Amino acid sequence: MVQPLNYLKESPSQTAGPYVHIGCTPNFTGIHGVYETDLGSGPLYNDKTRGERITIRGRVIDGSGTPLRDALIEIWQADSDGFYNSPSETRGTADPHFAGWGRCPADMTTGEFVFETIKPGRVPFNDGSLMAPHVTFWIVARGINIGLHTRMYFSDEEAANAQDPVLNRIEHRVRVPTLIGKREGDTVTFDIHLQGENETVFFDI
Amino acid sequence: MKNTLPETGGFFARDRAMHPPALTPGYKTSVLRSPQRALISLEGTKSEITGPVFGHNIINEFDNDLIVNYAKPGEMAIGQRILVHGRVLDERGVGVAGALVEFWQANAGGRYRHKKETYLAPLDPNFGGFGRCVTDENGYYWFKTIKPGPYPWPNGVNDWRPAHIHFSVFGHGFAQRLITQMYFEGDPLIWICPIVKTIPDEEAIKRLVAPLDMNNTIPMDMRAYKFDIVLRGRRSTFFENRKEGN
Repeated sequence: MVQPLNYLKESPSQTAGPYVHIGCTPNFTGIHGVYETDLGSGPLYNDKTRGERITIRGRVIDGSGTPLRDALIEIWQADSDGFYNSPSETRGTADPHFAGWGRCPADMTTGEFVFETIKPGRVPFNDGSLMAPHVTFWIVARGINIGLHTRMYFSDEEAANAQDPVLNRIEHRVRVPTLIGKREGDTVTFDIHLQGENETVFFDI
Repeated sequence: MKNTLPETGGFFARDRAMHPPALTPGYKTSVLRSPQRALISLEGTKSEITGPVFGHNIINEFDNDLIVNYAKPGEMAIGQRILVHGRVLDERGVGVAGALVEFWQANAGGRYRHKKETYLAPLDPNFGGFGRCVTDENGYYWFKTIKPGPYPWPNGVNDWRPAHIHFSVFGHGFAQRLITQMYFEGDPLIWICPIVKTIPDEEAIKRLVAPLDMNNTIPMDMRAYKFDIVLRGRRSTFFENRKEGN
């Protein structure tokens, strides 16, 4: 008998359920007076934040083509210089006026989510090569047993996307466009398809 | 907090044979909401190893007391008064300090305060059903609440959720992000619930069942349940074999 490793096991995931808003965005569902504002709501930037202002819009769509109207979407991204506002960031200090995290419930009628943020700078991959600008997404909802991680890249970054070490790992090249947000002016549109022909690439991170 | 360097190593791989798979037809909504293609594996990059950290400054005085945080002055929510407490740990058994824990639940009768909820059990005018806290330097958290009731839901023709509290937990990296549910020791509904049964491993289910904790039960006031939450562990920076451009 060898020595035991004695690691604990991660707590298993469960669905966030249809009433995730009660806990995560109570004001959104009409429960006022407990939290002043919903955590992660509103623009991710303020007047002093560096970088280009953009709006990310999209929907999470199920296998029948129906938008989810009860999903909760969170994003996590670097600042305009490619630094994360996190204690685990070791390369430098991020813009103090940009936390980099946002949370948005899908609209209860249309299913649309909207983030007002800035375009992130490039962040190095583990081998030192640069990844293309991207925003990390985490999606939970009724019917989703474990949160889904994906990334949104930008259609106006064709050259950087072509060199991105994560995108280049995707064997079936026809799936790469599912990760590219379509930029028109200051708006980037990013629909996430949970299932079907255009199924978005999801990562085991 | 100990004055140590921030931890920057990658996270232990998730054991996806223990977590519920995406497609679990017994839980009907998962059928059209489950990806059908394989996940693409991505060892943690800066984008996943880092994550938001929330200070205690976002927490108001009664955010972790659901008995009073929505109640009118001088009033309290109705139901079994309980204390839920435990630690947020990682897989190495290390307490996760400064972790934001959010929770939400139905009231004593199984009714949620939500626009889309239609169950005929009444709302409690003094119960909102949500709260939050940030773990202390040892990863410890606690809150006071009312034990939630079970409630019926339109899945099978006679499906009832066991009494449960939803938890959303942030660790130190976005890869640790977790939403789960806590159940109560001894509840017979646990073992026939299609959502519980999305978890394929019975031992894993037991890790979501909080035992009654008489040692922390407050005499003549409230019972206690202990619920530890385990997030993914991470390698020490010491063992990283690659420089990351610094």
